[in-house]
Amino acid sequence: MSRILLFLLLLTASAPAVAAPVADTFADRATETRARALQRQLRCLVCQGESIDESGATLAADLRHLVRQQIADGQSDQQIKDYLVARYGVFILMQPPLQPDTYLLWIAPFVVLIGAGGIAFWAIRRARPAGPEPL
Amino acid sequence: MLGELGQLALCFALGLSLVMTVAGLLGARADAPNSELARSIASASTMGMMVFVVLSFGVLLTAFVTSDFSIAVVANNSHTLKPMIYKITGVWGNHEGSMLLWVLVLSLYAGAVAAMGRGGPRLTSAALGVQGLLAVAFILFILFTSNPFLRLDPAPFEGAGLNPLLQDPGLAVHPPMLYAGYVGLSASFSYAAAALIVGEAGWARAARPFMLIAWIALTCGIALGSWWAYYELGWGGFWFWDPVENASLMPWLIATALLHSALATERSGAFRTWTLLLAIGGFSLSLIGTFLVRSGVLSSVHAFASDPTRGFFIMVLIFVAIGGALGLFAWRAPTLQGGASFESVSRESALLLNNVFLVGACAAVFVGTLYPLALDAMTGQKISVGPPYYALTFAPIFFALLLLVPFGPQLGWRRGDHKAAFRALLPALGLAGVAAVAVLAIASPRTLTGILAFAVAGWLIGASILDFFKRKGARASAFAAALAHAGLGVTLMGVAGTTLWRSEALDVMGPGETMTVGPYTLRFDGVEQVRGPNFQATQAQLALMDGSRVVTVLRPEKRIYPAEGQEVADTAIRTTVVRDLYLALGDDRGNGRWTVRAYVSPLAPFIWLGALVMAAGGFLSLWGRLRLKLAAPSPATQPAE
Repeated sequence: MSRILLFLLLLTASAPAVAAPVADTFADRATETRARALQRQLRCLVCQGESIDESGATLAADLRHLVRQQIADGQSDQQIKDYLVARYGVFILMQPPLQPDTYLLWIAPFVVLIGAGGIAFWAIRRARPAGPEPL
Repeated sequence: MLGELGQLALCFALGLSLVMTVAGLLGARADAPNSELARSIASASTMGMMVFVVLSFGVLLTAFVTSDFSIAVVANNSHTLKPMIYKITGVWGNHEGSMLLWVLVLSLYAGAVAAMGRGGPRLTSAALGVQGLLAVAFILFILFTSNPFLRLDPAPFEGAGLNPLLQDPGLAVHPPMLYAGYVGLSASFSYAAAALIVGEAGWARAARPFMLIAWIALTCGIALGSWWAYYELGWGGFWFWDPVENASLMPWLIATALLHSALATERSGAFRTWTLLLAIGGFSLSLIGTFLVRSGVLSSVHAFASDPTRGFFIMVLIFVAIGGALGLFAWRAPTLQGGASFESVSRESALLLNNVFLVGACAAVFVGTLYPLALDAMTGQKISVGPPYYALTFAPIFFALLLLVPFGPQLGWRRGDHKAAFRALLPALGLAGVAAVAVLAIASPRTLTGILAFAVAGWLIGASILDFFKRKGARASAFAAALAHAGLGVTLMGVAGTTLWRSEALDVMGPGETMTVGPYTLRFDGVEQVRGPNFQATQAQLALMDGSRVVTVLRPEKRIYPAEGQEVADTAIRTTVVRDLYLALGDDRGNGRWTVRAYVSPLAPFIWLGALVMAAGGFLSLWGRLRLKLAAPSPATQPAE
């Protein structure tokens, strides 16, 4: 938390224009689309489940600025994400990474789906074939 | 004095629910000497319990309406200047009151079970017993951890007000609607447990109207919540995969599965145990949802107050309810004989397949909601499970389900002909093609997701139209499935339109300046101060221009609620049904300049329109059921659905 605060202090001290998100748009449309897409994948750390793209919080505005700064510096999406994860942890990623402690998270829905499918298959096979249509 | 009356009424209700439980379960016995008497007592005590809960709720309502600040809940959540409608909705805009609403809905369902007596005296009696047990647990929960009738002494002169976000007409009906759904599943749960106790098979038919009411209410409640988030939160989103939203989606998915599976059970006794399990699972998810929302595990606009004892109490309640039901299931289910006869290509198989996908989709929501909590509790590792996770898990599973939906109604019971079904569906495939081509022609950007979504929407709606013509001349309830499935297609179009083709603009504007968003041009005509009943608003005027002509003026606001000390945005939306123009007022930039956020969301209203169509399908089916019962109470009559 203190690291975030320090970071905020540094940001506000060095860049007084950060609070203006409007100035923070790329003229180039493709770059702007890329920035927006990236912003949607990053979580606003002080909000409830909002991405930094939609959040009105100051921290989100600062993070948007940071992302755009790095894009302007020629960093790739992955590099920017890695940088942010190093600073804030994987909590900042809207999409949880695939790593040993999230394997279960990612495979569980499909395990349930396949399991339920298996039970259904068994139930259908087990069902007695229909005789002549009753009238 | 009044407050004590409310508490006393609740205590009486507790006593009567205990009587309900004992008498209900005794009345479930086949031919014990006094089981007839026990059934009458169970019925009478249910009605009495209902009356006392209604009385207790009425007392709390009166306290809110008359701003009786000697009652703590009223003082903490109301204010004399609040408009009457929000004084009333303030009753459930807090933890204590919302739990009382929960018990109120439970008691009304219990009353309906007793009054209708569906499924015969023994089944009804056992169901009342289980319903009574739930009432006991929840009334104890209220009395011990969340008493809404606690006094404040001395009483303050003014109340603290209600969270302004909750002061909204959409949100006034959202909680009762959602509770009617959540708690409605308790009736299916009680019937399922009763069926296990009594060993009777007719429960699926008996519980059907309750399943339908719960499902309709859940559908409307979720849609209302999503609509509220759309127009109130100010950035045009409609679903955030927030744990609290997920908590309502999970019971909906399982209730949908239950409605389908119970059809087969009712008709031929197929999937008997599976349907029981779904009825137990649906209500269990309602309980888990209540736990998530009420315990303070999640902090959100729904978590009015976090109190660990409440969380603990609900957790114990969940374990006892789910554990008890599953134990009963494990013990008694093997004694029910099942095994209907049907071919592998048949309506039965289609319904089962529907269940497989719905359960899979529900698993994705369940894991996505609870995994981060569990991981944090066990390892301290914090992760976010956001929309991208659901896009990769829930979306493909649900999409596969939508692809298969049209086949179900085309396949005959017991034995279907897949080739004939496919031939019959060819025109729907045509409509899917037309929809895909239309997207290719009109939409920008052209995304594969968009083309697929519209093709599937066309497929669903086309199949529903075919189904409609196939059944032409049948009873109204025969069209229920067609309507509900068409609603899915409508919602799908809205979701795709809004997420894929929304345009937006964010500008700082001074008086006279214009901005464009999508096809619209807006002129900023400054702001003015407006006074509401209990708020002060800064209202912006934005003229929607057509050349130099003003078409209409939109007025987004920022409201300050002094009593609550909070600021809330009030968006302005102009809708043409196929497109929403959505404006939110941002920050004051000085010199009369303001930030304005504008969105154009194509097809946004379709999201909620589709939900309404689905609910209408549910209503048709319900109406058919209740009419059928009046016309021919004989259980031999088969409803066509």
